[in-house]
Amino acid sequence: MTLYAAIFYLLGLVTVAATVLAITRSNLVHAVVYLVISFFGTAMLFYLLGAPFVALLEVIIYAGAIMVLFLFIIMMLRLEEHRQNGGALVRRWLPALVLAGVALGSLILLIIAAPGSANLLPAAAASPLEFGRALYQRHWFAVEVVSFLLLVALVGALYLGRREAETLIASPKEEP
Amino acid sequence: MSTWTAGLIILIVKLAVVLVVLLLLAAYLVYAERRLLARLQIRLGPNRAGPWGLLQPLADIIKLLTKEDTVPAGADRPIFLLAPAVVAGTALLIFAVVPFGAGWQWQGRPIPGVISDLNVGLLYVFALSSLGVYGVALGGWASNSKYSLLGGIRGAAQMISYELALGLSLAPVVMAAGSFSLVDIVQAQANYPFLLTQPLSFLLFLISGMAEIKRIPFDIPEAENELVAGYHTEYSGMRFGLYFLGEYVTMVVLGGLVAVFFLGGWRGPWLPPLVWFFVKVGAMVLVMIWIRAALPRLRYDQLMMFCWKFLIPLALLNIMAVGGLLLWARA
Repeated sequence: MTLYAAIFYLLGLVTVAATVLAITRSNLVHAVVYLVISFFGTAMLFYLLGAPFVALLEVIIYAGAIMVLFLFIIMMLRLEEHRQNGGALVRRWLPALVLAGVALGSLILLIIAAPGSANLLPAAAASPLEFGRALYQRHWFAVEVVSFLLLVALVGALYLGRREAETLIASPKEEP
Repeated sequence: MSTWTAGLIILIVKLAVVLVVLLLLAAYLVYAERRLLARLQIRLGPNRAGPWGLLQPLADIIKLLTKEDTVPAGADRPIFLLAPAVVAGTALLIFAVVPFGAGWQWQGRPIPGVISDLNVGLLYVFALSSLGVYGVALGGWASNSKYSLLGGIRGAAQMISYELALGLSLAPVVMAAGSFSLVDIVQAQANYPFLLTQPLSFLLFLISGMAEIKRIPFDIPEAENELVAGYHTEYSGMRFGLYFLGEYVTMVVLGGLVAVFFLGGWRGPWLPPLVWFFVKVGAMVLVMIWIRAALPRLRYDQLMMFCWKFLIPLALLNIMAVGGLLLWARA
């Protein structure tokens, strides 16, 4: 086993362990911290595979921005720890178990059949320049569609937030 | 001795030198800030420990190290203990991609003037600065105190907002240099610094950078008059010291980044490159101290309005203008 392989398995172990811990914690802030570690581990794996650009995007967007928003909302809401009541355990877990089983089964099938094993891709040497060219020259339409979708979501959030803010400001004026 | 071990030894020595210099700079920056602020406010400042008070930073370090390290009741112990290290650690790690010299020769072997020349160096800076948010937010949350929690929430909101403005303000620099690597960005300024061609990007970067490191007038997460001391209210001893260390190291790092992106990095006539780099960093840090003495703190809503309704739209317009100019120049 080479040094890189050892690092790979170590990082993989950390990532999987952190993900499992993130799912099983009942304290939401702890879950967020473990999820950040998991994203960080994934980013290191990308770096190890020769794609520093993707690795840093993973850290900036997932570990840096999205998880901070999660943390922000959890801290603002100060949710009480959620205790499960025993009865409906099967009903709650059955759909998740079925879906996870399907995903796991198809993954095992894919690994056994190995459809792409004949023409292996080279280790992803995605420099920022190559990545940008591929994304904006070949897939510009998809990028535009996705950004339009995000814009719609943004306008929707603005609409929901705005209506509430207006009623909040308007209500004290009616009192006196 | 094989080339591999020689390279490793050079790297370790360089790491040690950079770390020691950064930590010393941060310690003496506290002294410089206190002295300068005192002069600007017509006071004396610290002048008792050693000549001109020059031993004050050492006295402060001894004091911080020997104080009791308290953990408040009801605190989330592991997160409370680790959060300050996140702030100090990410601040120190950012410096790894900042080029501080032209490079040297030692026994026929080149020693580059940077610890690691990543081809995505600029993104590395953003990744670490976005991880630094966790130190503030989690430290505030884990303290189990209203003031700390409010400070942590404010810090998280402020830092993720200004990170956007920070990133957008640097897009024109990347477009002009054609690379994310900080070494390449310095190379691209061989003829003239980017300050001359992109003064607006410079102002946007400096303002949002100062908000990102929570300097006055943007120090709302630790506003003394409303939040006691904000997210580090409950910290004592060296853990408080680590928050402070992180803050002053980020000041040096921000000075270095401004120098690299807009002032031509280590480039300059007559003096050696390393000296030029320190002169530029020192000038930027003095400007930050000067601003602290001159401006009052913003209100929280003003801070958010300023970022989302002024800085970010202006930065977007700036990107379009510079992009148009670059295309026009190339055609």
